[in-house]
Amino acid sequence: MPEIITKIPLEYYIILASILFCIGVIGVLTRKNALIIFMCVELMLNAVNMLFIAFSAYKGDAAGQVFVFFIMAVAAAEVAVGLAIIVMIYRNTRSVDIGQLNKIKY
Amino acid sequence: MSLSENLFYFLSFLAILSALMVVFSKNPIHSVLYLIIVFFTLTGQYILLNAQFLAVVNIIVYAGAIMVLFLFVIMFLNLKRETEPPAKSKILQFAAVISGGLLLLVIIASLRTLDPYKIQEGKIKGDIGLVENLGKILYNDFLLPFELASILFLAAMVGAVMLGKREGGERNF
Repeated sequence: MPEIITKIPLEYYIILASILFCIGVIGVLTRKNALIIFMCVELMLNAVNMLFIAFSAYKGDAAGQVFVFFIMAVAAAEVAVGLAIIVMIYRNTRSVDIGQLNKIKY
Repeated sequence: MSLSENLFYFLSFLAILSALMVVFSKNPIHSVLYLIIVFFTLTGQYILLNAQFLAVVNIIVYAGAIMVLFLFVIMFLNLKRETEPPAKSKILQFAAVISGGLLLLVIIASLRTLDPYKIQEGKIKGDIGLVENLGKILYNDFLLPFELASILFLAAMVGAVMLGKREGGERNF
């Protein structure tokens, strides 16, 4: 078994993952650049991945790591489609400012 | 303190610092580079937790493929500090930081009521993160999701090509 799990309590990993997740949330809420918002979503996904791996290591169950593998696959697909959408937005509005996309409101 | 403990604290500190820089740096290229640092520190954590296969996959997929895609789009759209959209108003930013901090507070406060987790010494094996073990689980227990992931990739590929295709009219380039 890995040496780290005897030294560091599981709670530290939960706290680290929640800090990273909350930084991602703050980024999504504060920034207006669509690409940065997208990057913050990736950051949140990675925080969750790390939590999955920590739980899997502490419980000795490999299913959590397989789950992370699927999250990575879905994230790769999501990035491909999302970046295509952002390029499409740029073509139509000539900027990546999400403030310009307020016509969806009406 | 042992080496692995020191490494954990160092990697966590670097991850949080770079994550903050992702959010607060003005230049999108810098944000991408800091995000790559975050991914590398998380890879270090995976290695510490004996998840060697996922550590390698994390470097290849995230730091390799996804971040290159981000960098490519930023350079393609020629985004730089000057083209950055005007920042949200101070009060909105303040509200966002407060609400994010409150979310963190709630999560950490809920942790306080938990009993400390006890590790069952005998049950944990060191080799669960290796390819052989993960492959056996992936192709036995998770065969259907694995096949469905390939359909998802096909759909994503078709969608990305459809969205990225050039259209007629002078508004498009």
